[in-house]
Amino acid sequence: MELHELTIHELHQKLKKREVSSVEATKAVLARIEQVEPHVNAFITVTTDEALKSAEEADKRIAAGEIDTLTGIPVALKDIFLTRGIRTTCGSRILENFVAPYDATSWARLKEHGAVLVGKLNQDEFAMGSSCESSAFGVTRNPWNLECTPGGSSGGSAAAIAARQATATLGTDTGGSIRQPASHCGCVGLKPTYGRVSRYGVIAYASSLDQVGPVTRDVTDCAVLLGAVAGYDPLDSTSVNLPVPDYTKSLVSDVKGVKVGLPKEYYIAGLDPDVKAVMESAIATYSKLGAEFVEISLPHTDYAVATYYLVATAEASSNLARYDGVRFGHRSSAAKSLIEMFAKSRAEGFGPEVKRRIMLGTYALSSGYYDAYYLKAQKVRTLIMQDFLTAFENVDVILTPVAPTPAFRIGEKVNDPLQMYLSDIFTIPVNLAGTCGISVPAGFSTGGLPIGLQLIGRPFGEETILRAAYAFEQATEWHRQKAKI
Amino acid sequence: MKYQAVIGLEVHVQLLTNTKIFCGCSTKFGATPNSQTCPVCLGMPGALPVLNKKVVEYAIRAGLATNCGIAPKSVFARKNYFYPDLPKGYQISQYELPICLSGHLDIEVDGDVKRIGITRIHMEEDAGKLVHADVPGAGDASCVDLNRACTPLLEIVSEPDIRSADEAVAYLKKLHQIVVYLGICDGNMEEGSFRCDANVSVMPVGSDTFGTRTETKNVNSFRFVKQAIEYEIERQIDLIEEGGKVIQETRLFDPNTGVTRSMRGKEEAHDYRYFPDPDLVPLVISNDWVEDVRLSLPELPEAKFRRYQDELGLTAYDAEVLTADRLLARYFESCVALAPQQVKTVANWVMGEVARKLNDEGKGIADCPVTPQLLNALLKLMEAGTISGKIAKTVFDEMWSTGKEPAAIVEEKGLVQVSDTGEIERIIDEVMAANQGQVNEFRSGKEKVFGFFVGQVMRASKGKANPALVNEILLKKLRG
Repeated sequence: MELHELTIHELHQKLKKREVSSVEATKAVLARIEQVEPHVNAFITVTTDEALKSAEEADKRIAAGEIDTLTGIPVALKDIFLTRGIRTTCGSRILENFVAPYDATSWARLKEHGAVLVGKLNQDEFAMGSSCESSAFGVTRNPWNLECTPGGSSGGSAAAIAARQATATLGTDTGGSIRQPASHCGCVGLKPTYGRVSRYGVIAYASSLDQVGPVTRDVTDCAVLLGAVAGYDPLDSTSVNLPVPDYTKSLVSDVKGVKVGLPKEYYIAGLDPDVKAVMESAIATYSKLGAEFVEISLPHTDYAVATYYLVATAEASSNLARYDGVRFGHRSSAAKSLIEMFAKSRAEGFGPEVKRRIMLGTYALSSGYYDAYYLKAQKVRTLIMQDFLTAFENVDVILTPVAPTPAFRIGEKVNDPLQMYLSDIFTIPVNLAGTCGISVPAGFSTGGLPIGLQLIGRPFGEETILRAAYAFEQATEWHRQKAKI
Repeated sequence: MKYQAVIGLEVHVQLLTNTKIFCGCSTKFGATPNSQTCPVCLGMPGALPVLNKKVVEYAIRAGLATNCGIAPKSVFARKNYFYPDLPKGYQISQYELPICLSGHLDIEVDGDVKRIGITRIHMEEDAGKLVHADVPGAGDASCVDLNRACTPLLEIVSEPDIRSADEAVAYLKKLHQIVVYLGICDGNMEEGSFRCDANVSVMPVGSDTFGTRTETKNVNSFRFVKQAIEYEIERQIDLIEEGGKVIQETRLFDPNTGVTRSMRGKEEAHDYRYFPDPDLVPLVISNDWVEDVRLSLPELPEAKFRRYQDELGLTAYDAEVLTADRLLARYFESCVALAPQQVKTVANWVMGEVARKLNDEGKGIADCPVTPQLLNALLKLMEAGTISGKIAKTVFDEMWSTGKEPAAIVEEKGLVQVSDTGEIERIIDEVMAANQGQVNEFRSGKEKVFGFFVGQVMRASKGKANPALVNEILLKKLRG
């Protein structure tokens, strides 16, 4: 197998045995990027020089016997993570020339392990979107079918894994932005519990929902990468000071007696037949493995999307106020007054979806509407959280589809924002509840597009969903399928 | 018609913490522009605030000292508006759930004590500063200095209980004294460490419905507060008398002209779209913490004022003067500790000579070159009769400029008091011989000339003669 096709744990073994060097692996990945990037467009910036330099340093560390699982591993980051000295755009024209002055905590942690950054990945602008189509740097194409979107917003993170352009990647998930593209691209993607991973240095979309998580080739890599980035960060007041378990210890292929909840609100009549078939087969697999099924109800599911589009946009309207052309980012050259400088810089710098969400959020927070929208949404959010906590009194994990359909075609939903918003219907409640969820490859559509399943866990129950995901992966071959590109 | 003013004050107090409220940058005043900044206070993408614990402690101190309740749970909120000196496009403040609620201060105006309610105290970050002129190389552009951005402030909001400019000033002075006493603010009004917005309205006397109020922004001295409020009351009354209506607006006081002018009306008022800041978790304050802070509070001016009267036996006037400044009070108390039997003398010296010299030289008590130990040594020399009170003042001035021990000064300058009765008699005899006319006047009943003789004798002794002995012997000799 070629070097760029290896998982973290496979490449680690080779590095450890000195069968290959990090420079060799990194060069292989960079060559792969060069080869497929014209078709996929997963990257906004490829950091060739920096990558080779860090790979050399990693090799020195390895030579000195200082190797851990991530040393010398070529990784790529969604362009939402600040990377010191490297351009960080967040998929937006307004940050087109923004060079980050400091490192995001997640990236700093990976760096400490000796990981090698090969580039910054495409995404929906400011993580607002479900298809990567709102990026200012062109759409990313799904390696399984170049006519389709990879999903979003971490579309670049998932596409790069599917096209083998990085050994592992990090994404962020505010309403499904890791899990949905992972499902659409046949990768493993995990959204940790809110507070599990630091948000410091991650460009904020919706602060109370954003979480950093891994997008990887398999569940083992997911456990490794999560373990490296998780943990309390004094720079993020919302990060939680709980010890980080060794997630690789959860990789036990045994779900006997595990109680799996099937929420009736997620298995609805309108579900895409391919998705339905994949879910039925997944349930059959788990049954064979000895899991027990319980039908549960998450009664407020219907309100999740509406609630999300109030809470997330309200926070975004405030989070994005700092892009005013004063200190960094795009400043309009056409402005003749202060107000014009603000207005034109923003008008020129932000794309239509970002503007739409800023306006929605501004409205939801406005005097006279706050109670009816923002406050009401927060109350519904509490009810949604309660739904999950109640359900978890009786089950260990909840099994659901990730998205109602497989990857959709580029352009199919761009003029219908509501349709686009509904593609996150099964992932959004997990963010609102603040708990964790993982997307695992579980089959294919009749058209050959990957379809994932979602396992939802209790708050800080990452070990449980990793174990259930690992058991499924060991029992199936879906994760071994390869996009033909 | 007679009108009654109704006034409420919002005071911004800049806290004396070493670092900013949400990052580790220094709060020191006067540094090179933008040298005290980091990703957090610059509002860089991805940066997150982390609350400075000291700020919370200072807020609790202020709350306890103004009789507020400390909220077991309070929440930071974002106040959203665009301005170049506001890096994030929002200010982190507190809105619905502030840290302190429902306090009060008692003020005294013309001998009447009045209670002014305090609605709330909340914590917030300051904005940066725009510099519009004199920036080399900037041409006619405005520059932004973000050193002040994220500096911790308390906003202390009073109830509309104040009824005159004098009451407003009394309230502000009291509040100013307290925050300085607490050590949480340097009280420097010129640098903006203590600044005030005044909400003013008028209504007919006897009415219980408040009139429409205006808010006058950023008034930076007690005198300006008085001027601004008096101007605003008069302006509003005139307006109503002329058949006009006060409109709700924000006004700005111009210290050069003493008038307020409209800054923006209600229609132009911002909709700040406050909402809880999702980057900061709710602030939970335990009762233990509050009690710890309570125990660490210094004695406040009011308690000190009472103690100086009840325990030290000072007059209300003396007690007030000595407690006005915490450092002055501390100086006084150090002196009293050295000379517990001479409280009144110590008080007179501190309020007299010490205050006079400080005032002459424009110094604060912290810069007083005469330590309590030196002052005490001087009082001891007086008490022992080594020097007279008059000589003591000379010695004091010498101590002030040289910092020398008083005994050394007395020795060096030969200022030891003459208590040798023979020597004093000799001087008196000389003076009487030289002024026979006045002796006769005295003896014929014009006893007023006695003072003249005392003066002459003291002068002849170069001030060193023991005044009590001079009086006694002189009287005896004059009466023959």
